[in-house]
Amino acid sequence: MANHSATHPAHVQHHFVDSDQQFESAKLGMWVFLVNEILFFGGLFCAYIVFRAWYPELFTQAALELNKLWGGVNTIVLIGSSLTVAMAIRSAQKNQTKGLRINLLITIALACVFMVIKYFEYEHKLHLGIAPGSFWNPTPEILHELSDPRANIFFGIYYMMTGVHGLHVLVGIGLMIWLYIRAGKGHFNSEYYTPVEITGLYWHLVDLIWIFLFPLLYLIE
Amino acid sequence: MAVAETKNLTTLQVKRFKPSDNPTNTYLTDEKGLWAWMTTVDHKKIGLMYLGAVAFFFALAGFLALALRTELWTPAKTFIEADTYNQLFTLHGAMMVFFVLVPSIPAALGNFVLPMQLGAKDVAFPRLNLASFYIYVFGAIFTFISLANNGFDTGWTFYTPYSSDANSAGVIWVTLGVFILGFSSILTGTNFITTIHKLRAPGITWGRLPLNIWALYATSIIQVLATPVLAITILLLSMENIMDIGIFDPALGGDPVLYQHFFWFYSHPAVYIMIVPGFGIISEVITTFSKKHIFGYWAIALSSLAIAFIGFLVWGHHMFTSGQSSVATTVFSFLTFLVGIPTGIKILNWVATLYKGSIDMKTPMLYVFVFLFLFTIGGFTGITLGALSVDIHLHDTYYVVAHFHYVMMGGTLMALLAGLHYWWPKMTGKMYNETLGRISAVLIFIGFNTTFLPQFVMGAQGMPRRYYNYIDQFTIFHQTSTIGSYILGVAFLIILYNLMKSLINGEKAPANPWNSRGLEWQATSPPDFHNFDHTPVIIHGPYDYHQPMEEFQLGLAVSHNGHGDHHEVTTDETEKA
Ligand code: HEM
Ligand SMILES: [Cu+2]
Repeated sequence: MANHSATHPAHVQHHFVDSDQQFESAKLGMWVFLVNEILFFGGLFCAYIVFRAWYPELFTQAALELNKLWGGVNTIVLIGSSLTVAMAIRSAQKNQTKGLRINLLITIALACVFMVIKYFEYEHKLHLGIAPGSFWNPTPEILHELSDPRANIFFGIYYMMTGVHGLHVLVGIGLMIWLYIRAGKGHFNSEYYTPVEITGLYWHLVDLIWIFLFPLLYLIE
Repeated sequence: MAVAETKNLTTLQVKRFKPSDNPTNTYLTDEKGLWAWMTTVDHKKIGLMYLGAVAFFFALAGFLALALRTELWTPAKTFIEADTYNQLFTLHGAMMVFFVLVPSIPAALGNFVLPMQLGAKDVAFPRLNLASFYIYVFGAIFTFISLANNGFDTGWTFYTPYSSDANSAGVIWVTLGVFILGFSSILTGTNFITTIHKLRAPGITWGRLPLNIWALYATSIIQVLATPVLAITILLLSMENIMDIGIFDPALGGDPVLYQHFFWFYSHPAVYIMIVPGFGIISEVITTFSKKHIFGYWAIALSSLAIAFIGFLVWGHHMFTSGQSSVATTVFSFLTFLVGIPTGIKILNWVATLYKGSIDMKTPMLYVFVFLFLFTIGGFTGITLGALSVDIHLHDTYYVVAHFHYVMMGGTLMALLAGLHYWWPKMTGKMYNETLGRISAVLIFIGFNTTFLPQFVMGAQGMPRRYYNYIDQFTIFHQTSTIGSYILGVAFLIILYNLMKSLINGEKAPANPWNSRGLEWQATSPPDFHNFDHTPVIIHGPYDYHQPMEEFQLGLAVSHNGHGDHHEVTTDETEKA
């Protein structure tokens, strides 16, 4: 941006008065965006509630097909990554570029672990023919356990919820790789760490949504 | 902390900045060339690009409307097939709602004036702003792809199971297009909320915000809260289409009424996304051309928020005949009546503003009068429709068609035209021909009523909406309506001619042709790239016409780029005002 004067640090965009204003704006913008994410998922939760109220046995029966163990592991993995992303912000605030990069790396790694586990879960289900919508083609044993003809509705919701959530995890991974690279170039310090902070906010939300998804889908009885 | 909200105020030395009537450097001369425009992050240019896109879609959808009205000239086939007719009205509705009315005022005019009214140099996230424009274009492309794939004929509401049936390639594309469009709307809303909170110039307290800003603020809140629900609904609908996930399809155990709930949970608030920014424009124009303080500032400001809130609780009034429980219908009917209250408050306050004002019937003001007249009819008929037993009779008839055209075209579009003519000199630096402007406003008023008044009558007599044929008894109404639509067509051509001509050889606009007290008028016409070459400082509200003009042109000499802590202080004069 053109004509920066001495009182205007390089990271402050031209239309902001100062660094604080820029930081506060970015944060508020992210919070507004998160509200919007909550409503987005809210629609899915609403569909879940409606169908669960209508077909309660179906839900308990179908949930048995989900793997509680791996779902639980994934929950722990994501909670861990929320911790490391918070530590990354802390490092940035304290000017510790190295700590920032390490924490980001661990967060990225944990997010990848989550996706890999999710991949195997999907893979296993698809193998058994528990696929969404028109691809629904369960093996005879599964059909025996899941006698309800509307079982595909549960899995329709399951795939939508976890799928959309998975996409958010992927976006988060992308963002953190970008942060990692920028951190390497020394872009962040205690004066300016806005992108780290707001990505952290985003990541906490992704984590939080999973904390709701896990019991609602895996742990119903 | 937001600007000028800090305690411990110290006195600030301000100086008068009278805007020049002959600016040498403006945002239009700043960077030239197609590439500079396409990559600009300047809110003014982005606003203009939105304006162009919206005008394009308006012309296209308006053209379709003329074709539809022509087809309805005779009770049977006039010149197009029934299937084509279905596709055309769907396309007309979907384009007018999603591509024209939703983005029109906030993204086109709002983008241009919001930062200026706040004394800011830009919106909080300029790059997101540009992104939202491209997302809009991208969403539009999907709609055209859909047309190449069988099109779609579900009505703009995409009700299931009709929209989830086989042979729905066209529906998939257009719904994905609407899904993408939603992001553009969300980004604009997020951007505006942040800008209003964080980028106000010194002295602009919440009590001195222009009502246009309050309206855009309420709109942005609705956009952020409602649009994601539409997004997920549309996504589910697409999945239903692509692979039958069974959530909305009754054949698979799903529920089509659930779709309607989801859809209207967005789309009722969406009608306020369309109208509330229009309210903002009306407040601005009506004070400028009455030279008088707005009557009931807080009533108007807060009723926008009230509408935004109550608007979320009334969606069920679209489903009185869809098999909702009777308790639900009663509650929704009651809440629908409530939403009329804040709307009525606004109308009364505007009319009270006129009282004893020195009214100047310039083109924008004429459009405001058209608005007041038409929107009031639209609102009252909305209340009629909200009455349970009456709606059973009127639902899905031309009465509903007339209602929503009175509010959407008579309301939003008239406000848009008022705003367009009001801010045109500021945006382009040119004056249009006043006489032609007035003629077009009058023609629109005549054409509009000729088109839509008969629809109330035939609707009440039982003419259903979305029908290709009709019985002979309705011929006279339909033909009157068709003639009216041609008058409207001519009127829009005149507007187009008038505005385009002003660009070519219009008179040069002074900085403040209407003698408005609004902050955006204290910049040059067209404004500088940074809107103001000083930091504006505000000591009076935007409607204080009893104060001298000099006191509205104050600021700090330091350029925006170099300033330090000015947002920490504000003027002492503030307190006396
Ligand atoms: C006083 C405020 C209003 C009330 C009480 C009201 C009430 C209603 C009711 C009850 C219906 C349903 C009629 C039916 O389908 O049987 C309806 C339809 C509609 N209204 Fe309003 N309305 C109001 C303002 C608005 C505004 C401001 C807009 C848009 C700018 C709007 C746009 C629409 C549209 C588009 C429909 C038809 C939807 C469709 O079925 O395609 N309304 N209104
Ligand atoms: Cu409604």
